[in-house]
Amino acid sequence: MALISDGRFIEDAWRRLADEEALPKTGKFIVSLPRLEHAVEVLGPTATFGVIIPNTTEPSALIAALPRLDLISIAFPAFADGRGFSLARLLRRAAFKGELRASGRLVADQYPHAIGCGFDTIEIPDDLAERQDEGQWRAALNAYSMSYQRGYAGRGSILEARRKAVRS
Amino acid sequence: MPVFKHPQILIASNLTDGEVVFLGPSGWERDHRRARVARKADEAAALEALGKGDISANRVVDVYLADVEIGSDGAPTPLHYREKMRVKGPSVRLDLGKQAGEGAL
Amino acid sequence: MTAVDLRVAQRPNAPMTTYRYDEYDAAFVSERVAEFREQVNRRLSGALTEEEFRPFRLMNGLYLQLHAYMLRVAIPYGTLTARQMRRLADIADRWDKGYGHFTTRQNLQYNWPKLVDTPDILESLADVEMHAIQTSGNCIRNVTADHFAGVAPDEIEDPRPTAEFLRQWSSLHSEFSFLPRKFKIAVTGAAHDRAAILVHDIGLRVVKNDTGEIGYQVVVGGGLGRSPFIGKVVGDFVPREDLLAFLEAILRVYNRFGRRDNKYKARVKILVHEKGIDEIRAAVEAEFAAMDRSAFDHDPEEFARIAAFFAPPPYESLPATSALLRAAKLETPAFANFVDVNVGAHKIPGYAIVTVSLKPIGGVPGDATSEQMRVLAEASERFGFGELRVSHEQNIILPHVKQDDLFALWSMLDAAGLATANAGLVSDIISCPGLDYCSLATARSIPIAQAISKRFSDMSRQRRIGKLGVKISGCINACGHHHVGAIGILGLEKKGQESYQITLGGDPTFSASIGEILGPGVTAEQVPDVVEHLVDYYLAEREEGEAFIDTWRRIGHARFKDVLRREGEDGADI
Repeated sequence: MALISDGRFIEDAWRRLADEEALPKTGKFIVSLPRLEHAVEVLGPTATFGVIIPNTTEPSALIAALPRLDLISIAFPAFADGRGFSLARLLRRAAFKGELRASGRLVADQYPHAIGCGFDTIEIPDDLAERQDEGQWRAALNAYSMSYQRGYAGRGSILEARRKAVRS
Repeated sequence: MPVFKHPQILIASNLTDGEVVFLGPSGWERDHRRARVARKADEAAALEALGKGDISANRVVDVYLADVEIGSDGAPTPLHYREKMRVKGPSVRLDLGKQAGEGAL
Repeated sequence: MTAVDLRVAQRPNAPMTTYRYDEYDAAFVSERVAEFREQVNRRLSGALTEEEFRPFRLMNGLYLQLHAYMLRVAIPYGTLTARQMRRLADIADRWDKGYGHFTTRQNLQYNWPKLVDTPDILESLADVEMHAIQTSGNCIRNVTADHFAGVAPDEIEDPRPTAEFLRQWSSLHSEFSFLPRKFKIAVTGAAHDRAAILVHDIGLRVVKNDTGEIGYQVVVGGGLGRSPFIGKVVGDFVPREDLLAFLEAILRVYNRFGRRDNKYKARVKILVHEKGIDEIRAAVEAEFAAMDRSAFDHDPEEFARIAAFFAPPPYESLPATSALLRAAKLETPAFANFVDVNVGAHKIPGYAIVTVSLKPIGGVPGDATSEQMRVLAEASERFGFGELRVSHEQNIILPHVKQDDLFALWSMLDAAGLATANAGLVSDIISCPGLDYCSLATARSIPIAQAISKRFSDMSRQRRIGKLGVKISGCINACGHHHVGAIGILGLEKKGQESYQITLGGDPTFSASIGEILGPGVTAEQVPDVVEHLVDYYLAEREEGEAFIDTWRRIGHARFKDVLRREGEDGADI
């Protein structure tokens, strides 16, 4: 897998834990959703861990665990399945401040959408990273200077800019 | 493997201009009469494999086999009305498309 | 800002009554062109596979069709300037084959562009403030509106500022660009629905509440296609300042819960149908209540900025009726027929709304040559403040023509073959391109339209028949709106042959209804006979003032079915 952050391919500091693996004492690791409740129960307050969730997860199912989570990875079963974008928005609305990761075969052209909805990082399979290199992800990040929506992250809002122009 | 009822040719769209093309003896042809004809299932599979290769090479898209009949001159003609349309052009504009001698690779 | 704002007046050929891009809009559209140019390059290099490229080319209106690529250009809310129309003509000549097809959703389609040319076409469009953004794909599509917006006497408010407001909001939306399926929005501000809002994913109707405040009735879950549904009210009165937040709530509910397991069940209409409107309304209201609405606080200012562009043109003070018009009608019967059929009442005294039919007898519905586009542009400049409209009936509208100018306009149109006096009549047929162009089609539709049109080529007979909506689709996706045709025709494949299923009683307006199937499918050759029998039966049965649909509703479907059965027994071969 390759990891993209701020338009660059970076080393992944996180490790995806297989379900049969014991919870480690140290390091950053990601558990599956069925294991989350148990992890929250047994891990001390200093443990650094995250969860990978299906894009059909109800945000309410995570609310209790949110303060303990440093990362939430949302699975994209297909790149054109946009449920993960709405789920990301809802998790940010629920005040999740940790790393939000999109995991799946997302293509570079979706990068601004992901950033807009609150994702920090994108995790893609290696074969895709080979075709869509860092340059393409960086270009996608910079393809638009502004957006027409407000309250979405990333680019500046055209509506805010217009409002400022009228008032100045 | 599906039952092989009719001879088949391989149809595709050329990536850069969308022109309908047919796999011929040495590459893609715009004239269906020059298409290679598969008369057995394994020949059809071979055509499809060549087509897949050219999808991967970003030459063609939307590649599929179409049933044909062979005329007395040995040239194939599609059986289905949809593919009959594709080898000619719009029936409401006889001045456009292959039927009007348009298009080239 | 007003329509005579300096920034607008400085631009050559500036229209008076439609939205103009500011620096942000211009930058956005040119960034979209640059992005698409790169996407095409990456497709050619293989960085993007066809499967990956497809949603992005569709989101920019580019299809791969039966014979070639097809580019669908947006004509937002159906409003065009003369300069834009000329550019459409120039593009048709330079990159296509000298014509274009006006669609049922206020778009224009070019049937023959090359993939490698489309970035240049888009750049040429951007130059006149046009684009192909979101004319296809599983995103919020080009927002359509009443084509008589701003000029109809029955209007509460011009729906176009709302449509433009939504066009901007929906453009490359971060969250709603990968929906389960396409999402179409239409707006009307009038007492009569000319925008078919009840058969859209969301229909918006401008309404006034008891205190005179303007808001929207919001209808959700209408649509045609495989399973047609009439939309249901999800918000009775949504105040303007809440509109975007309310729509965002609907879209979020749909994006999360719309079905993705089966593309034929993925439209919002299926979600509404399966869950029931009450459950959907509750979900939307809960989402709306949970939203941070501070982001929308300044919408009213932005709305007002947009609305100012749609100020009325500088009309003259004229008498309500024109002596010139009256005299010309008496002198030239063909002109009188044109006025009676294609000219409608305008809200300003002395003016008229003119429908230019793109349905000449035996022609291809909605097609216009580049030369005709230029004539229309010229006509709009000479007689109508340089403004044109495109209707979902695939016709062109000149929305503000002085009654005194009607004869001169008609003469000009007539010389260009654009004066067919059939607006709303049996030969004003809505038709999708069908299997002559479309790769999804299961049968041809244009030749059916041509055959019916020729069968009724006697114009006086057409006028006797009166208003009659014939709508033809070449597949179940229903781009030709056959479900809402008083006579609907659907082309299917049956045992390797083209076969046509006929429905009766469809209606796209506020009294919306979905047509009922008449009987077994018929062949292409039989369709004009069947239509003629139905029309003759209606003429025999109708009461004073009844349109076809009224008679059908009064006497019932069964009687129309019977007449066909009897005709069949009499050996009429149907």
